[in-house]
Amino acid sequence: MSQQAATLPTQSPPFWRDLRFLTIGGQVLFVLLVALVAGTLYANVTQGMAQLGMTAGFSFMNSTAGFEISQKIIPFEPQDSYWRAFQVGVVNTLVVAIVGIALATLLGIVVGVAQLSPNWLVAQLARTYVIIFRNIPLLLQLFFWYFGVFQALPNVRESIALPGNIYLNSRGLVIPWLEGNATAGTWWLLVGASVLVAGGVMYALKLRQDRTGQQAPGLLIGAGIVIGTAGLGVLLLNPFTVTIPELQRFNFQGGLRISIEYTALVVGLVMYTGAFIAEHVRAGIQGISKGQSEAARALGLKRGQMMRLVILPQALRIIIPPTTNEYLNLTKNSSLAIAIGYPDLFNVSRTILNQTGQAVSVILLIMASYLTISLFTSLLMNLYNQRVRLVER
Amino acid sequence: MALETQTAPPKVRLDPVRWMRDNLFSSWANSILTIVAVVLLYSIVQPASRWIFTQADWTVVVANLKLLMVGQYPLDQVWRVWLSLLLTMAMLGVSKGVWSKVVGNVGPAYVLGLTLLAVLPFPLYGLTNRLWLAAGAAVLIGGWWLGRRYGASPTFRNGVSWAWVLLLPLVLLLLRGIEPLLPVIPTRAWGGLLLTFVLAITTIVFSFPIGVLLAVGRRSSLPAVSIFSTIYIEVFRGVPLVTVLFMFLIMLPLFVPGSESTDNIIRAIVGFTLFTAAYIAENVRGGLQSIPKGQFEAAKAVGLNPFLTMVLIILPQALRIVIPSNVSQYVSLYKDTALVVVAGGGMLELLGISRNIANQPEFLGKFIEALVFAGVLYWIFAFSMSYIARRLEAEMGVSKR
Repeated sequence: MSQQAATLPTQSPPFWRDLRFLTIGGQVLFVLLVALVAGTLYANVTQGMAQLGMTAGFSFMNSTAGFEISQKIIPFEPQDSYWRAFQVGVVNTLVVAIVGIALATLLGIVVGVAQLSPNWLVAQLARTYVIIFRNIPLLLQLFFWYFGVFQALPNVRESIALPGNIYLNSRGLVIPWLEGNATAGTWWLLVGASVLVAGGVMYALKLRQDRTGQQAPGLLIGAGIVIGTAGLGVLLLNPFTVTIPELQRFNFQGGLRISIEYTALVVGLVMYTGAFIAEHVRAGIQGISKGQSEAARALGLKRGQMMRLVILPQALRIIIPPTTNEYLNLTKNSSLAIAIGYPDLFNVSRTILNQTGQAVSVILLIMASYLTISLFTSLLMNLYNQRVRLVER
Repeated sequence: MALETQTAPPKVRLDPVRWMRDNLFSSWANSILTIVAVVLLYSIVQPASRWIFTQADWTVVVANLKLLMVGQYPLDQVWRVWLSLLLTMAMLGVSKGVWSKVVGNVGPAYVLGLTLLAVLPFPLYGLTNRLWLAAGAAVLIGGWWLGRRYGASPTFRNGVSWAWVLLLPLVLLLLRGIEPLLPVIPTRAWGGLLLTFVLAITTIVFSFPIGVLLAVGRRSSLPAVSIFSTIYIEVFRGVPLVTVLFMFLIMLPLFVPGSESTDNIIRAIVGFTLFTAAYIAENVRGGLQSIPKGQFEAAKAVGLNPFLTMVLIILPQALRIVIPSNVSQYVSLYKDTALVVVAGGGMLELLGISRNIANQPEFLGKFIEALVFAGVLYWIFAFSMSYIARRLEAEMGVSKR
C-alpha cells in the first residue's frame, strides 16, 4: 500500500486522461470536423453552381440592371448597373432605419413615461398600447397598416388635409418641404461652425464650474448660439424656399411626396418597436430606487435637476443595452419591406437574384450588408453606453 | 417601538367622484392630459367599433374557420389536434395548481374562454367541437385540482416540469402520426394555427440543445471551439430572419445535394432552428456568467472534471435562471413563424392562410377581416406566454435589483 502511494505522484497519467492532451486533441478533432463539414458544403455548392450555370464572384453585378425602382433617394435609371440598384436598396434601408429609430425612440420614451403617469387613464392607455402591439407579429401589423389603413385612404382629389399643409391620400403623404437656394451651402457651413462654437463655450463653462463652482445654464447658452445663428442666417441669406403642396388637376405640385409603402413601413416598425422601447424605459425608471430621488431632494436639487442629474443618468444605464437591441431589430425587421413592396436592400437584392440567378453571391451580399449595418450600429451604441455606464473603482 | 404605536390607515370609501379627482383631475396639467386621452381614445375606439360591428363582413372567417385553424388536416383525424389541446390544457391546469402565482390569471381566463366558446350560440361550429371545447375546460379544472392536491410534493413538481418537456415531442408525434398506430399526415396538409404551432414547437425542441451547446462553446477555454461558437452566434444575430429563411428555402439543395425533394416545412424549420439557437445561446451565456466562481471551484474541489462540472453543477443552475428570457425568445419565435409568408415556399400558416382566403373570389377584398381574426389568435397565445414569462421572472427574483 505505502509503496504504491509513494510511486503515485511520479507516474504520469495515461494520455487519454491527460488534460493537456485532451484539450489539444479535442480542438484538433473539432477543427477537423468543422473543416470536413465546411469542405463538403463548399464542394457541393461549387458543384451545384456549375450545374446551374452560376459563376463565383460579383462580376455580374456590373451588367445593366434593366429594371425600374419605384422609390429612390439617390438617382437610378434602368440602364444603370446592378451595383447601382443595390446601392439604391441600401440607401432606402438606411432611410427607413434611421427615421424609424428616431421616431420609435420618441414614441418609446413618451409611452414609457406615460405608463408610470399618476393619471390613471393615460397610464392604462399606454399599457394597453404596449400589450397589444408587442404580442402581434410585425408582418401582420405591416399588412394591416398597408392594406387596411394606407391603401384605404381616399384618392388624390379627396385628400385628407391635415393642419400645416400636409395632405394624405392613397398615393402617399405630401408635406411642405424646403428647397435649397444658391446660398444653402453657406448657411449649412455657418450652422456647422456655430455648433462647434457652442460646444467650445459649453466646455469652457463646464471647466469654469469645475474650477470655481459658479453655475451657468450651459445647454441653454449653447442652444441659443446655434438657433440664433441659424435664424439670423435664414433672415440674411434666404437659403431656402418653402414649397407648399398644391392640388393641381391630377396630382399635387410642390412639396415632398412620401409614398404609402414607405409610410406604412415606418409606421408599422415604429408602432411595433416603440412598444418594446416603452417597456425598457419603464423598467429603467422603475429600476432606480426611491432613495435616489429622496436624496436628491434632500440636497436641494430642483425637480428638473433631479431628473437630469440623478435619475436619468442612472436609468439610461439600464435602458440603453436592451434599447440597442431594439434598434438592431428594427433595422433587421425593415427587411419585411418586401411584403408591402418597398424597394429596400432585401427587396432589390431579391429582384437581382431573380434576374441573374446568382443565388450564392447575392445572398452573401445581403448577409454581409446586414452584418455591416448591425455591427456598425452596435459599435455606435456601445460607445455611447461606455460614456453613461457605471465607472467601477 | 414605532410598530406598536402605528395605527391602521383610515378606511377609504370607494367614492367615484373622489377617485376621479385623485386619479384624473388632480392638477391642471393632469386634467388636460385626461381630456387629451379621452379624445384619443374616442378617435380610435369609435371608428374601430363601427367597423367591427357594422362594416366588416365576417363571413370570410366563418366560412373558413377550419382552414384558419388546421388547414387541410383531414377532418376524420382532427381529434388528434383536439387531443393535443386537451393534453396542453391539462398540463396548464396542473401547473396552475402547483405554481399558482406564475400561471396567474391565465388559468381562469382559459377556463372562461373555453367555456364561453363551448356554450355561446355562435353559428360557427357543431356539437362535437363544443364538446371538445367543454372537455378542454374540464381537464383544465381537473388538472388544477390535481396540482393543488399534490403540489406540495417535490417529486410531483419535478414530474410536472419533465411532463412539460415531454409534452412538446409527444404532441408533435400525435399530430404527425406513427405508421402502424396512427396514419401519418403529410406535412403539406398542415396549415393555419396548427402549422404555426408546429413550426414554433419543433423549433423550440431542436434549438434549445443547440443553443446550450453554443453557449457552453462560447465560454469554453478551448479557442477553436469558442471562436467557432462566437462567429456562429454573431452572424446569425446580425442578419434578419427573413434572409435566413430565404436562404434555406432556396439554397438548401445547393448545399446538400439530393435535398431538392425536402419538404419546405422542414427547410423552414432548419432555418428557424439555426437562427433561434443563436439567440438562446446568448441567453444561456448570460445565465452561465451569473453563476458565481465558487461553484466551479467547489466542483473542482470535489474532484469533478470540467465536463461533469458543467453538466451536474453549472448548467442546472444556469438553465433555471434563463427560463424567463428563453420563454420571451420563444414568444418572438412564435410571432416570427409568420415570416414564412414573405420567404416563399407556399406554407400556409395562420397569416399565410388568412391572405389566401381573402383571395377566394367570393371573399375578395376581405383581407382585413381575416387579418384581424388572425391577429386576435396570435395575440391570445403570445400574450399568455409573455404574461407567464413575466410572472416567472418576478417569482424567481431575476428582475430585482
